[in-house]
Amino acid sequence: MAGCTATAPRVEMTASNHRWRKAKNVCMQTLAFMCAALVILPLLLVLFHLLSQGASSINWAFFTQLPKPVGEVGGGMANAIAGTFILISLASLLGVPVGVLGGIFLSEYTHRRLNRWIRFTADVVNGVPSITWGMVVYGLVVVPMKGFSTLAGALVLGLMMIPLIMRTTEEVLQLVPAGYREAALALGIAQWRMILQIVVRTAMKGVVTGVLLALARVAGETAPLLFTAFGNAYWTHRLTEPIAALPLQIFNYAISPYDDWHRQAWAGALILIFLVSAINLGVRALTRDRFSRTAPQILMPGHHVATEVQPPHGTAG
Amino acid sequence: MEPQADQRIALAVRGLSIYFGHHAVLKRVTIDIAARAVTAIIGPSGCGKSTFLRALNRMHELNPDARREGEIRLFGDDIYAREVEPVVVRRRVGMVFQKSNPFPTMSVAENVTVGLRLNGMRDKRLLAERTEAALRMAALWDEVKDRLQAPAVSLSGGQQQRLCIARALAVQPEVLLMDEPASALDPLATQKIEGLIVELKKKYTIVLVTHNMQQAARASDFTAFFYLGELVEFGPTTKMFTNPAQKRTEDYVTGRFG
Repeated sequence: MAGCTATAPRVEMTASNHRWRKAKNVCMQTLAFMCAALVILPLLLVLFHLLSQGASSINWAFFTQLPKPVGEVGGGMANAIAGTFILISLASLLGVPVGVLGGIFLSEYTHRRLNRWIRFTADVVNGVPSITWGMVVYGLVVVPMKGFSTLAGALVLGLMMIPLIMRTTEEVLQLVPAGYREAALALGIAQWRMILQIVVRTAMKGVVTGVLLALARVAGETAPLLFTAFGNAYWTHRLTEPIAALPLQIFNYAISPYDDWHRQAWAGALILIFLVSAINLGVRALTRDRFSRTAPQILMPGHHVATEVQPPHGTAG
Repeated sequence: MEPQADQRIALAVRGLSIYFGHHAVLKRVTIDIAARAVTAIIGPSGCGKSTFLRALNRMHELNPDARREGEIRLFGDDIYAREVEPVVVRRRVGMVFQKSNPFPTMSVAENVTVGLRLNGMRDKRLLAERTEAALRMAALWDEVKDRLQAPAVSLSGGQQQRLCIARALAVQPEVLLMDEPASALDPLATQKIEGLIVELKKKYTIVLVTHNMQQAARASDFTAFFYLGELVEFGPTTKMFTNPAQKRTEDYVTGRFG
C-alpha cells in the first residue's frame, strides 16, 4: 500500500478544495455571462433610445404624407419609405441572382486558381468603403446620364450586395455534407440538378439568411446614395429621376437646424429598424423548413453542422 | 463488330490503374465480376478497394486529380468510351455508401423517387408504384408504409440505410455497389442488410466492399483480396476463406495482419 501511494498521489477530496473550485467556476461563469450580455446591451440601448425619441412623431401622416417645406410643422416620409422599398427591390434584382449564382460557382465548381481570385476579389470589394461605391457609380452612370437617378441608386446598392451574398452563399453551401452530393451523383442525377435540388435546397435557409443580411446592410446605406439616388422631396415617377430613401431623409433631417425635423429623423430611424427586422422575420417565416423539428440543424453562416462529413473525394479504402 | 458480350459477366475490368496525382492507388487490376452474384472486396485500409468500387461507376472522377488507365466493360459496353456520359453509367451502376445519407429536406417517399424525379419522371401513379416496389425490395415497406410522408431522417439508422438502398434500386440499375453498407450499424440492423444483400442478388449484380471477414464469408459468392493497390487473389468465397492460394490472403483472412 505504501508503494502505491508513493507513485500515485491521492486526489484531495476535502470540502475546502472543492469549495475553491466551485468559487472559481462561479466567477468565470459570471464573467462569461457579462460579456454575452454586453452584446445585447447596445441593441437594447439603440431600441430604447429610438423608441423614446421617435415614437411620439409616428402617426398616420408620417406614413402617408410627403415632407412639409421648411417652417411648416407636420408632414411625413411616405416617399422615403416607398423609395427605400423601390431601391432595395431593384438592387435585389441585380444582387440576388448574381450573388447566389456566383456563390454556387465558388462552392460547387472546382477551378482552383480562378476561384481563389474571385474569392480574393470579393473579399477586397467587401471591404471597399461604401462612399467609394457611390463615387464609382457617380462617374459611370450619373455623369453620362447627366443627372441623379433611381437607377444609379439601385445599381450602387445592387453592386454592394453581390460580394456579400456571394461569400455567404458559398459558405453555407460548403456546409452541406459531401455525402449528399455523392449520393445524388451516384443516382445518375446531372450535376446542375444536384446542385439546385439537393445542395441549394438543403442550405436554403442559410442562403436566404445571407440575402437578408445583405438586404439589411444596404437598406441602411446612406453614403453611396448621396451622389446617386440623391433624395427627393416629392414622389418619383421615373427610374431616371432622383428618389428619396429613408437613410437619406434621416441624414438630411438630422443635420438640419429644425427641432421638428430632428423628431422626424428619430421616427425615420425607428421605422428603418422595424423595416429591416420585418423583412427578416417575414422571409424567415416563409422559408421555414417542412421538417424543422427533425431535420439536422439548420445551416446558417458561421454555424457548423455537427454531422460527420466524409471527405468529398474518397481515396481511402 | 464486337463479339457478343458474355451475359454472365457484369463487369469486365482489364488492366485498371487509378492515379491520384502521381500516386498510384490501383495497379493494373484485371477481374471479371459475375452477374447476379455478390462479389466481396476485402483488404486492409488504404489498399484501394474503395477507389476500385468508385471506378466502377466513375465516381472517382469527382476528384479532379484522378487519372485512369485500363478498361471496364459493363455487359460489353465500354463505360469509359469518349461519348459515354458518367451520368448514364451511374444510372446503370448504383451505389450505397458507408454512412446512410437520405436527403434531409425530403420525405421517405421523396427520397425513394428522387433519382427518377430529377431525371424527369412526372407520372404520379408510376412514381408511387416504383416507391412501393423499391421499398419492398429493400425490405422496408412494412415498416414505413404508414409514414411515407414523414421526414426521412426520422427513421432509425438501419432503416435509413435500407432507405438509401431503396433509393438506389428505384432507378433500376443493373449493378449495385456497396461501400461498407453495414459498418455504422448495430448487429441486428447489419443482419437485416446482409439478408437483403443475399435476396437482392437474384436480380442484381452486387459488389460489396467490407472490412468484416465474417460478412464477406456469409454474404458473398466471390471474394477479391486487395493489398497495396493490387489484386492479390480472386476466387469463390469458400475457397478464399478455407484454402487460399496465396500466403498473404491466408494471413489476412485469418486475422494475422491488416
